[in-house]
Amino acid sequence: MIDIERKKVLIRDSYGGDALTPEPESYGKMVWRRFRKHKLAMVGLYILLFMYALAIFAPLLATQSYEAVDPPNKLKPPSMEHFMGTDHIGRDVFSRVIWGSRISLSVGFVAAAVAVALGVLIGSTAAYFGGRVDDMLMRFTEIIMAFPTFFLLLTIVSIVERSIFNIMLVIGLTSWPSLARMVRGQILSLREQEFTEAARALGATDARIIFRHILPNAMAPVIVSTTMRIGGAILSESSLSFLGLGVPEPYPSWGSILNAGRTYLLQAPWITTFPGIFIFLTVLAFNYVGDGLRDALDPRLKD
Amino acid sequence: MSDYLLEVKDLKKYFPVRGGVFSKVKNWVKAVDGVSFGIYPGETLGLVGESGCGKTTTGRCILRLLEPTSGEVVFEGQNILEYSRNEMRKLRKEMQIIFQDPYGSLNARMTVGDIIGEAFTVHDMARGKERAEKVKELLEVVGLDPYHARRYPHEFSGGQRQRIGIARALALKPKLIVCDEPVSALDVSIQSQILNLLKDLQEDFGLTYLFIAHNLSVVQHISDRVGVMYLGHLVELAPRDQLYSSPKHPYTVALLSAIPIPDPDMRKARILLEGDVPSPLNPPSGCTFHTRCPKAVAECRESRPELRELSPGHFVACHLA
Repeated sequence: MIDIERKKVLIRDSYGGDALTPEPESYGKMVWRRFRKHKLAMVGLYILLFMYALAIFAPLLATQSYEAVDPPNKLKPPSMEHFMGTDHIGRDVFSRVIWGSRISLSVGFVAAAVAVALGVLIGSTAAYFGGRVDDMLMRFTEIIMAFPTFFLLLTIVSIVERSIFNIMLVIGLTSWPSLARMVRGQILSLREQEFTEAARALGATDARIIFRHILPNAMAPVIVSTTMRIGGAILSESSLSFLGLGVPEPYPSWGSILNAGRTYLLQAPWITTFPGIFIFLTVLAFNYVGDGLRDALDPRLKD
Repeated sequence: MSDYLLEVKDLKKYFPVRGGVFSKVKNWVKAVDGVSFGIYPGETLGLVGESGCGKTTTGRCILRLLEPTSGEVVFEGQNILEYSRNEMRKLRKEMQIIFQDPYGSLNARMTVGDIIGEAFTVHDMARGKERAEKVKELLEVVGLDPYHARRYPHEFSGGQRQRIGIARALALKPKLIVCDEPVSALDVSIQSQILNLLKDLQEDFGLTYLFIAHNLSVVQHISDRVGVMYLGHLVELAPRDQLYSSPKHPYTVALLSAIPIPDPDMRKARILLEGDVPSPLNPPSGCTFHTRCPKAVAECRESRPELRELSPGHFVACHLA
């Protein structure tokens, strides 16, 4: 034990104190370096970049309009003219999937953002104020949680007007409770940690304690959960669309293309297969990226 | 007017026990129930007792990390419990704390330099280069290397982390440091290093310590005077040698008899206390120790003994002493 300590000192002295220590690394750089080591997460990141590129360049990539109907050419298998075949009214599935990425990805993103904003707001308010406020907010959260989410979703969607924006909002509004509980738990436990007390003992203001000590430590799980939640929201939208309650026609989303192909599953499997693969890959990619972020954001884990 | 640096008078801290749907207060845990003592400048007052006896709560109340239910905490002649938040923030320069858990007490997302330097930022005392210089100095004072400032806490061992915690407490050059079991979480070999570091720092900076621990040997090593707590009460307070050689309270006697002696031929009579510490939710009447006291008489059950001075400086709360 002592020998090892002494050896360290010797090594350091002969090279000069700072020789062994690399230049300080910013937190962001450290996260990126560690994230890159996570192979699956990198694969996920590339898939997501690819998907978002599709969405951004949809007008350039789509070979045809997503709503152009061509009944004589309905249910045609994939060919050079129609990379992914055509659906039951002759629309080009490839173009619809490309345009659909815009809707599916933005639904995922906005719905997750709504859920996270609400979850963080409600969770941290409950944890910060405690007492009565905490009780009321948490009982409310539990009531929302007690509803089977998907049926709640179905009910609301059938009441409100079906528009892309409403679908995003409704998915976001039904998926915040678990996040609120997570954030509350995080903050409650961080508030009791000795490093928070140490900051208070040093005379740090409440704002400093919240922004420098509590939030940075609570953010990692929130970021991870957000990433995974985007995948979840895309799935929810797809499920809704599959039941015909999603984004209204003629706008394509991956889920609604699936829904359209449902009846022709055996005759024209290409209508369902391609959007299915896109949903599958995207959700999987978000989950991998979430996993990678979780490991990369925690400095306590060894590199 | 006393010459104490810090005086605690009849300090009480009750924690509410809540239950039911709307968190009604059902009961009170009397964690600290009327504790009084003083600390002279430059001395180390040890505070010992079993887990849950209120010693840590006492330490936190002194720093107002917990708000005491009642009582007075007088620091340099001022009752700091009357201080506003802002006045309290300024007073934090004078009194600091070292924590028990070297893992939980350092923010894992800050570099060691930021952790130690936070004190200067908070009190607007130094920034940038000047702050970095001060942090370097502090690291050297506690036996670490200046380049450690750039690292994160998880890169250090328990003992090193505790040194970081000590450097943070020293940053503001306080007069009083509450050491809340600073060595309990460390290996025995590291414990003595940290204790000796604390002793050296006390000499160099003229520090006053309130040293909270449950290890009697550690307390004996570092303290000038020692207080013994049981179930929220201070039962005995005496100069160290007097307490260890002639304890007066039956609880202290029992505690001391439990110290292991590293010699197989030296056997001494152990006093085994029966039962567990009663719940502070429902403490026994009279002397809280009477349920386990080998000498208890009827009087102990009925009235609570006050802390009284048996011989100069030796205070005991026992009817029989």
